Amino acid sequence: MNTPKEYPFIPVLVDGIRIPFLKSGTNYYNLMAYDLGRMAIQGLLVRSDLALESIDRVIMGNVIQEVRTSNVARESALGAGIPNTVPAFTTSMACISSNQAITSGVDLIRSGQAKIILAAGTETMSDIPVRFKKKFRQNVLAARKYKSPIEFLKVFKGLGVKDFLPELPAIAEFSTGETMGQSADRMSARFGASRKDQDEFAMRSHHLAAKATNEGLLDQEIITAKIPPKFNIVEHDNGFRDDTTLEKLGKLRPAFVKPHGTITAGNASFLTDGASACFIMEEQTALSLGLTPKAYLREYNYVSQDPGEELLLGPAYATPKVLDSMELTLENIDVFELHEAFAGQVLSVLNALDSDDFAKKSLNRDKKVGLIPMDKLNTLGGSLSLGHPFGATGVRLVTTAANRLQREDGKYALVSACAAGGQGHAIILERYEVK
Amino acid sequence: MSYLDITIKDSVAILTLDKPGEKVNTLDESMMEEFSSFLDKLEKDSELKGAVLISGKENNFIAGADIEMFKARETAEELEQLSKNGHAILNKIETSSKPFVVAIHGSCMGGGLELSLACDYRIATNHSKTMMALPEVKLGVIPGTGGTQRLPRLIGIQKALGYMLTGGNIFAKKAKHIGLVDELIHKDALEEAAIKAVHKLSGSNSFKRKDKRSLVEKVLEGNPVGRSIIFSQAKKKTLVQTKGNYPAPLMILDAVKYGYQKGLQKGLENETRLFGKAGATSESRALVNLFFGITDAKRNPLADNIKPISTIGILGAGLMGSGITDVSINKAGYSVLLKDQTVEAAAKGEQVIWNALNQKVKKRIITPFERDRLSSKVTGTDSYESFEKADVVIEAVFEDLELKQRIVAQVEKATGDHCIFASNTSSLPISEIAKGAKRPENIIGMHYFSPVQKMPLLEIITTPQTADWVTATAYEIGVKQGKTVIVVNDGPGFYTTRILAPYMNEALLLLEEGASIEFLDKIMKKFGYPVGPMALLDEVGMDVGAHVGETMAPVFNARGGKSSTKAKELIDAGYRGRKNTKGMYSYSGKKKEVNAEVYSFFGGTSRTNPDTETAQLRMALMTVNEAAYCLEENILKSPTDGDLGAILGLGFPPFTGGPFRYLDQVGIQSTVDRLNEFTEKFGPRFKPASILTEYAKEGKRFYATD
Repeated sequence: MNTPKEYPFIPVLVDGIRIPFLKSGTNYYNLMAYDLGRMAIQGLLVRSDLALESIDRVIMGNVIQEVRTSNVARESALGAGIPNTVPAFTTSMACISSNQAITSGVDLIRSGQAKIILAAGTETMSDIPVRFKKKFRQNVLAARKYKSPIEFLKVFKGLGVKDFLPELPAIAEFSTGETMGQSADRMSARFGASRKDQDEFAMRSHHLAAKATNEGLLDQEIITAKIPPKFNIVEHDNGFRDDTTLEKLGKLRPAFVKPHGTITAGNASFLTDGASACFIMEEQTALSLGLTPKAYLREYNYVSQDPGEELLLGPAYATPKVLDSMELTLENIDVFELHEAFAGQVLSVLNALDSDDFAKKSLNRDKKVGLIPMDKLNTLGGSLSLGHPFGATGVRLVTTAANRLQREDGKYALVSACAAGGQGHAIILERYEVK
Repeated sequence: MSYLDITIKDSVAILTLDKPGEKVNTLDESMMEEFSSFLDKLEKDSELKGAVLISGKENNFIAGADIEMFKARETAEELEQLSKNGHAILNKIETSSKPFVVAIHGSCMGGGLELSLACDYRIATNHSKTMMALPEVKLGVIPGTGGTQRLPRLIGIQKALGYMLTGGNIFAKKAKHIGLVDELIHKDALEEAAIKAVHKLSGSNSFKRKDKRSLVEKVLEGNPVGRSIIFSQAKKKTLVQTKGNYPAPLMILDAVKYGYQKGLQKGLENETRLFGKAGATSESRALVNLFFGITDAKRNPLADNIKPISTIGILGAGLMGSGITDVSINKAGYSVLLKDQTVEAAAKGEQVIWNALNQKVKKRIITPFERDRLSSKVTGTDSYESFEKADVVIEAVFEDLELKQRIVAQVEKATGDHCIFASNTSSLPISEIAKGAKRPENIIGMHYFSPVQKMPLLEIITTPQTADWVTATAYEIGVKQGKTVIVVNDGPGFYTTRILAPYMNEALLLLEEGASIEFLDKIMKKFGYPVGPMALLDEVGMDVGAHVGETMAPVFNARGGKSSTKAKELIDAGYRGRKNTKGMYSYSGKKKEVNAEVYSFFGGTSRTNPDTETAQLRMALMTVNEAAYCLEENILKSPTDGDLGAILGLGFPPFTGGPFRYLDQVGIQSTVDRLNEFTEKFGPRFKPASILTEYAKEGKRFYATD
């Protein structure tokens, strides 16, 4: 039925972990993205007996940059004890930054340039850079040339009270000025995702996350975080709500489009701190090290559309494309892991994929792609409930998908995610059978 | 091959010190001869403007005088002559018409620093490996090539005394700050800077050094009255610290004082005399031998059998476990899996490591990043997951034989065949722990001392089954962790615990007989121990003390010993020592105070102290005699191991050189006589070991020379 493309070197996922994803402003409050990334890398390294100098590259996704650690991959790798002879770079592609980290690794392996890749992602939303207003910034920078103390008074020249107020970054599209919530609200209306549908999907996500946590299904991928200076222990994510109900969700007011919008704080992902890391290796290298891979990393793609109209619709484009590239259909997929930025956004993607109209107009196909069965989708919770540290979500999705393939005895998994800028990504994993 | 390599650059003679075939430079006679003949040439050669002294070694300038020179000279006169020869050359440098600039990178110790002091100008690299010291006092001697005269004149009397009396290190920044060096520069530009300095000094503008002393220092040191106050204060303080056991610090004080009273020239001459006198004392001989013992112990005798180590599993994240973790990551650079019963307990161990590193961050010794990188090497856990990558597992759990045997089984299951199992027990026989093990050849004892970060000894215990590669690798781990290692054979209490137990027992018996707690501590500190037996019992914990006592009692009782059961009674009554602030002392208040409640176990609060010397010897000879038993029973492989173990592990007075040096020094016959006398008076536990009576009869000694 399908013939995977021939590559001389085949990338496999060997292991993946993450520290618990925590709501911003909670336990990771005092840490930098560098610290979180370091903790994740250390957690991954402890689980393997790999000679660290044999790692070819550390690649790390990150969205909101801390200026002191602009190449956060390098700082986290060094801080975690990876030898300084291992190069590291940071990828930035909004919410699919660590997907980009993974696929950059995939490319390096396929082309024979690398055998062992440590792909990771890190994000803190607890300490986003707050800036001075532009005028004040300019004056401060000009002061670097000043010599006498009197001259420094010029720093305040021409500034009003307002110029001293701090400036907070908004999660808004640079090109359109629209916030992501507004955009998702509009998209939900377009694809017929009602408020009730969205609340139900959000509740499902929270309940599944709680169930998976209680049953220990996430233990394989979550390592215990011990947070300095007190070394308090965190073993689980803290954002999901076991006790959430439709009634409670129904009471929330629209967060972005008032008064008739459908997106609320309850059916949107929350600000999260966290980090994740995984090992990707060339198959034979992994085997020769005595490691058992979890999954093959097969075909992948990136897509992009109009950041105004279809900001978060990427998965609806990326999914059929990646299936086609492997001559698969939705029926062949046993495990779906879709990033949940907003419940309305996931439902819009699902509805778009199941629409002949969308298929004809936007995908240039005769018929719809099909319906993604809910019993195969995000069964351990998703970004709505587990949390969404922008740069770290991609590695979580791929790791969870691989673990589910193993546990559920499936063959193929599809991972797909949307990102700011109107971009999207999809990748197919194939379960690794021990020969 | 010659020691000095002389090249000319820019009309400046560059003298590169590079001792053939050695890692570090040490000052020896051949170097002094070469130097002397160069000095004559320099004076005659009108082309040369001056000289630069620089080292050809990596991270070392001069490690000090070659201590082998001491070995060859025994009498005060010989040593004085040695000092005089050195003085002659240094005086020539100081009075040379041409400038000498010394360029220091790496360690610059003892004679190396004294040589630098005789030069006209000092440049050092601002490198973490660059440090200076006059550590002679640690060997029981005084700086013998002008240090006692030139250092105080350069940096001030009080600062100089501080450094000379402790032998402490002076790092580059500090050296610049106090005026010990004139300039700091990065490593690669050192020679260039030194050449420039020669030109500067030989030019017309004469160089004037700024006095870096504080105002108070200047006022106090600038007149005879102030100086006499300084000297008398320093003497008082020194006597409190040395309890009169160490002559060298007082001689240093005398040397400095004399120089200020009679002038530099006379001061220098006096220094050579005092140097000879100090070097010939038995204390100095003992300390020098100790130094050689430690240096030798750093060399792994089984170096060919070492297997590589990268990950260590440590079981138990308490004081011991976290201490071993600390030296494993910071000194040895290993990764550590730190396991305890709960993640919380393991995380507490991680916190201890992190806090210690963070203290260094606060003191600006390391950066926060460096702290992160080092602390990343420890992973706390509550399971054996990942233990298959451990090359060695060191257990530091409760002293319970069955528990330890259970743990051996668990570890053998969780680890590969190559994994060494080391027990950090302080008294349980290793062969008992190894009973039932699948890989008994991989089992060894690694007995660390608390606090591990500070205590220099590692006692390795092998059983007849222990494989050579296991011993070799354990030895290597110890050396990497910065420890001085001794290897002993298995038996109850091995060596250190075995010689400590009867000492502590005797102290408790003396307490039962009516001595007071503070009396016992005071007299043993006077005898030369850093801590008295009562305070020590509180430090290690009454429970540990009682357990050791119980484990060891059969050994001693078989020889007619009398074991005090008081430690057990004290724990049962809730006195556990410093751990719960209640022991021989009470630690709940701000000050440590004798805990009079304890006397109710020892016959009431009215105390009558016995004769000091008898009490001191009753306790000390218990250790000495037991050490002899250990040698006799082949627990110990050599007297040197015995001396190192007693001094570094238990604080046996260093100036004695250890139990065996002590026996040689005091006389084996007289010790046997004393033991026989005690046997009659106090019981058969004092019966001398047969090796002692034998040696006494045959007139043998443990060491050929002092």
